[in-house]
Amino acid sequence: MKLIFEKSVPGRHSSILPACDVPEVDLGVKREEPLNLPELCENDVSRHYTQLCQRVHGVNCGFYPLGSCTMKYNPRIDEEMAALPGFTNVHPLAPKASVKGSEAVLELAAKYLCEIAGMDGMTFQPAAGAHGEFTGVLLIKQYHDARGDKARTKIIVPDSAHGTNPATAAMCGYDVVNVASAPNGCVDLEALKAVLGPDTAGLMLTNPNTVGIFDENILEITRLVHEAGGLCYYDGANLNAVMGHVRPGDMGFDCIHMNLHKTFATPHGGGGPGAGAVGCKEFLKGFLPKSVLMEGEGSIQVRGFAGNFLVVVRALTYLMTLGKEGIPEASTNAVLNANYLMQKIKGTFTPAFDRVCMHEFVLDLSEFKKETGVSALDVAKSLIDHGMHPPTMYFPLIVHEALMLEPTETESKETLDEAAEIFRALYAQAYSDPDYMHAAPHHAQIGRPDEVKAARNPIVRWTEA
Amino acid sequence: MGSYVPGTQAEREQMLRAIGMEREDQLYADVPEQMLLREPLNIPSGMSELEVRNAMTELAEQNKVFKTVLRGAGAYDHYIPSIVKYIPAKEEFLTAYTPYQAEMSQGVLQSIFEYQTMICQLTGMDVSNASVYDGATAAAEAAAMCRDRKRTVTLVSGAVHPDTINTVRTYCYGSNTELRVVPCKDGVTDLEALQQMLTPEVSSVLVQQPNFFGQLEPAKEIGELVHNAKAMYILSCDPLSLAILPTPKEAGADVMVGEGQCLGLPIAWGGPYLGIMATTAKHMRKLPGRIVGETTDDAGNKAYVLSLQAREQHIRREKASSNICSNEALCALTAGLYMATMGPEGMREAAKQTAAKAHYLQAELCKLPGVELKYKGAFYQEFVTVSPKRCEILTALEDAGILGGLPLGENEILWCATEKVTKAELDKAVAVVKEVLAK
Repeated sequence: MKLIFEKSVPGRHSSILPACDVPEVDLGVKREEPLNLPELCENDVSRHYTQLCQRVHGVNCGFYPLGSCTMKYNPRIDEEMAALPGFTNVHPLAPKASVKGSEAVLELAAKYLCEIAGMDGMTFQPAAGAHGEFTGVLLIKQYHDARGDKARTKIIVPDSAHGTNPATAAMCGYDVVNVASAPNGCVDLEALKAVLGPDTAGLMLTNPNTVGIFDENILEITRLVHEAGGLCYYDGANLNAVMGHVRPGDMGFDCIHMNLHKTFATPHGGGGPGAGAVGCKEFLKGFLPKSVLMEGEGSIQVRGFAGNFLVVVRALTYLMTLGKEGIPEASTNAVLNANYLMQKIKGTFTPAFDRVCMHEFVLDLSEFKKETGVSALDVAKSLIDHGMHPPTMYFPLIVHEALMLEPTETESKETLDEAAEIFRALYAQAYSDPDYMHAAPHHAQIGRPDEVKAARNPIVRWTEA
Repeated sequence: MGSYVPGTQAEREQMLRAIGMEREDQLYADVPEQMLLREPLNIPSGMSELEVRNAMTELAEQNKVFKTVLRGAGAYDHYIPSIVKYIPAKEEFLTAYTPYQAEMSQGVLQSIFEYQTMICQLTGMDVSNASVYDGATAAAEAAAMCRDRKRTVTLVSGAVHPDTINTVRTYCYGSNTELRVVPCKDGVTDLEALQQMLTPEVSSVLVQQPNFFGQLEPAKEIGELVHNAKAMYILSCDPLSLAILPTPKEAGADVMVGEGQCLGLPIAWGGPYLGIMATTAKHMRKLPGRIVGETTDDAGNKAYVLSLQAREQHIRREKASSNICSNEALCALTAGLYMATMGPEGMREAAKQTAAKAHYLQAELCKLPGVELKYKGAFYQEFVTVSPKRCEILTALEDAGILGGLPLGENEILWCATEKVTKAELDKAVAVVKEVLAK
């Protein structure tokens, strides 16, 4: 498919603006280089983006069991509410009396999410999960600094954690201590005890963890960290498993981020905008970020204004729709769907941990690869030929040849049955025709791209031939 | 209550039996008993779509929408073409995840590649990333990207947007590095003070063009000072203004950052917005965030992929240049779509008319007795007036359906106009101000 620049015809344009009704001005300085943007009429633009759209797989296209990403159905009413002029046409620095609706949206969303998380205060300034982690760890840092405790230089992260956890700790000026997981994928208490001490600033943890298991020692883990003087940060990536059943605040966590674009059904938009709402216990509320222009000086701040407001509008619409009955029901069914799919796949591919899982599970293809030569990557790429988005690959790092599946609660039994059939068929094909799978996908938009070439000889923009 | 769970009671029972369970609570057997919630959540019951629509609409109606917006300060009410609202709502664009699986994401990848190219065309820089969260975080990420072991101090002009300064300060707090604010003089960066502050430990200097007070900075001159001190030059630009104003490349910037909201995104009480980040070829591998690159597939066909991932957190973990993963992809798509719809001529026209309307408003306001222009330098779309009765002026404007400028220091108002407001609207606003001052 041609690039939009290759469709440009000099002189073509849309009619958007009227003639200027005030005198033109000379600003004294001007751009010297030509402005080479595409020249198109409106129909050209419409066709181009429609073509692009046809080369995208969304949740609306089919099953999307991308582990740790919670690709649930994104309700369309949420979109429509976020497009209401009363929300879209409001200036962030408009007088307080004129933005009561916006403030009410944040207040309600904070109230409901605090109740779900077991927290006391919340900010919506962070624009994504990693941004929420950054904010949360800065709460921990401010807490220790406010007490004059400068000796706490380390953040503990399990080796099963998402890469953002150690990257965040480093951005917050901490040394990262990686703790090995126990054979069951959970925190190894002895290993944890060995690294805790007066230099511990905090622990970053997700529960259920990245292998989809609820760590039953969680109260002991948070107690040990607190005893050492550290705080506990809950990475909300896996909150979809436990909403309305158990609360991070009750597990002993002091602060948390929640991905509204995962758990609370706001769409991912091909990589954002999301929202990484951060909640905290009462004693950390004073450290939450604020906008200087909206609320005055004296606080940390992680972006301009109040955050990705329209994403919060979507999440609130979802929260209001589900309510106190629907929220736990969503989690129950997320867990049920994951266990059902795991059960249906079992007997072919091997779960990394053969036990009841939470909202997601990990397959370990290392033995399978030894026998067939077919890798997790080959299986993932073969799934594309069947119209299914592949699971998360090669994560968590503690499982080799990992495929991580998270079906979410919004998939039907038929979809799960069909997916299991596809997995079973691919398992059989790996023994009969492995070469076909090494070369997959065969019916996709492109074959496997040469990523090494892309990195060695970077072409990151179009240039005129 | 509302629900998006498809399973019927019968299906759920069947699925439970298939996994060897009788009751749903067995799914949570791993959760220690004392932690399980015994009471329902203390939030309202769920509602049908129609009830939710009514409730949310009521909230939206509690906001006042001003027909005329003369306030900017980081959020600019430009006209958004109809098609720019429709296309990003296409469900595939809306509901897809980050394009990790290139074989089924060429549409998203190509849209980002096109966005990156348009940002390069607009700014004159060599390489753009796929976006960061907003203009303020783009500045903070740029400051981090410029630091090394020896040069750790970031200088920020005092004429940069206050939210941006505070965000950069927060990121510096995180990384245990220092931020120093360069004072202003006559509404622009004080060059003498800057010269003195450019010590060997300074890694970068952040300047905003046009700055928070609307003034045009001597951007090129500043660049020369910064480079003489061997520091990196970060220029935060209003991207639409670049259709007519000198590019950051022309000003000598090493890193361009900016708030992309003006490229087709609504003001929306502050977000989602779009953080733009671009740099020179030399610094490409230091640029944080996702970058889409062109390559070929196994049959030799052109293909797009997320590239240069060795910089990123999922590979580098604690050694990554940033923790960013999700960014503002759909906003980047929207900005690309806006630029494609406007085209070079439309972009220039929008920028020219923005400047023209702002200058008309300034001239008319300053004709009123008692209203003075605070800073006399060249400006683009914003300017500061000093006048009596600030509070009365802004209240009277609000009553007339006009959001006036932003109150700053004592008696000061920071005004803004864009191509969206008509001469008639501006005349009406001036008449309201005139009436208040005459009382």
